[in-house]
Amino acid sequence: MIGLIALVLGLQLAGELAARLLQLPVPGPVIGMLLLFAALALRGGTPDGLSRLANGLLSHLALLFVPAGVGVISYIALLAEAWLPITLTLLASTLIGIVATAFTLRLVERVRQRESD
Amino acid sequence: MGELFEMWVYLSEEPLVWLTLTVGAYALAHRLFVLSREFALLNPVLVAIVLIVTALALTDTDYAVYFDGAQFVHFLLGPATVLLAVPLYAQWQRLRQQWLGLSLALVVGSVTAISSALGIGLLLGLEADTLRSLLPKSATTPIAMGVAQQIGGEPSLTAVFVILTGITGAIAGVPLLRLLGERDADVKGFALGVVAHGIATARAFQHSERAGAYAGLGMGLNAALTALLVPLIAWLFGLY
Repeated sequence: MIGLIALVLGLQLAGELAARLLQLPVPGPVIGMLLLFAALALRGGTPDGLSRLANGLLSHLALLFVPAGVGVISYIALLAEAWLPITLTLLASTLIGIVATAFTLRLVERVRQRESD
Repeated sequence: MGELFEMWVYLSEEPLVWLTLTVGAYALAHRLFVLSREFALLNPVLVAIVLIVTALALTDTDYAVYFDGAQFVHFLLGPATVLLAVPLYAQWQRLRQQWLGLSLALVVGSVTAISSALGIGLLLGLEADTLRSLLPKSATTPIAMGVAQQIGGEPSLTAVFVILTGITGAIAGVPLLRLLGERDADVKGFALGVVAHGIATARAFQHSERAGAYAGLGMGLNAALTALLVPLIAWLFGLY
């Protein structure tokens, strides 16, 4: 387990270094993710311990957003008197976006499945 | 009483108090969410934030002091992002077959999220400065703040919009899609990730590993696409 933790941290570090050195517009951890994906593809499978580690952390991914969320909510006063139209805009456009994305994927999948039948 | 106060003064300087508060508030919020059979408005991120903000206000604690402890949790976002490779790899065969649908849905979702914010915002009379900060809201926080900076918005305002978008998607996304008859974990997950990034991806992982993998993919792809599209759309409408 400890080796896997070191591996994950090492890949994140490698990602950060690559992002800085090559001035990539991609965050370091994302490059780390691509590296881990490439490693899994080369190896042809995920070690059990790594699956458990990923499951453990990702099933409580929500926790990890709490500190930033607390910080940002203290800036909520920035919304000032325009808070109502801003909130309405955010709410509506988020819901519209989710429906549009889901609808498109559903539509293409339906066509694809009909063709493969 | 005096002793207790001294103890508090000592402890409140320690990161441990705020780390414990963060994990404890989330554990409680998660418990409530499960006990309420996943009642959407009891979203664990939202409830934990409200509990902690209340605690900080009652104890008159600065965010910087709080973050001294909470940073240990915050730091894990990096390793968690690296570990997203695991569910993505597990779903890779399915994802590959669906590449066309996923690409189209990504583009439609990204354009819709940006342009509907622009349209509705203009309709409701938001100022150009606010709009510039609002448009990148569907990207992850660091990307969205960078884009806002680039087009002349206010990055700290954008950070607020990003979090509010994530919480909105996490709360309303699943019930909304269920209402529209969507049962497929793939579709739900991808839509949540594209439009409402990390916090909604966390919600998708509570649903299932497959939904989480699709959400993670959507989040990553749309972070990149938003960085390209927002300056373009802002420029088309004379905002940039």
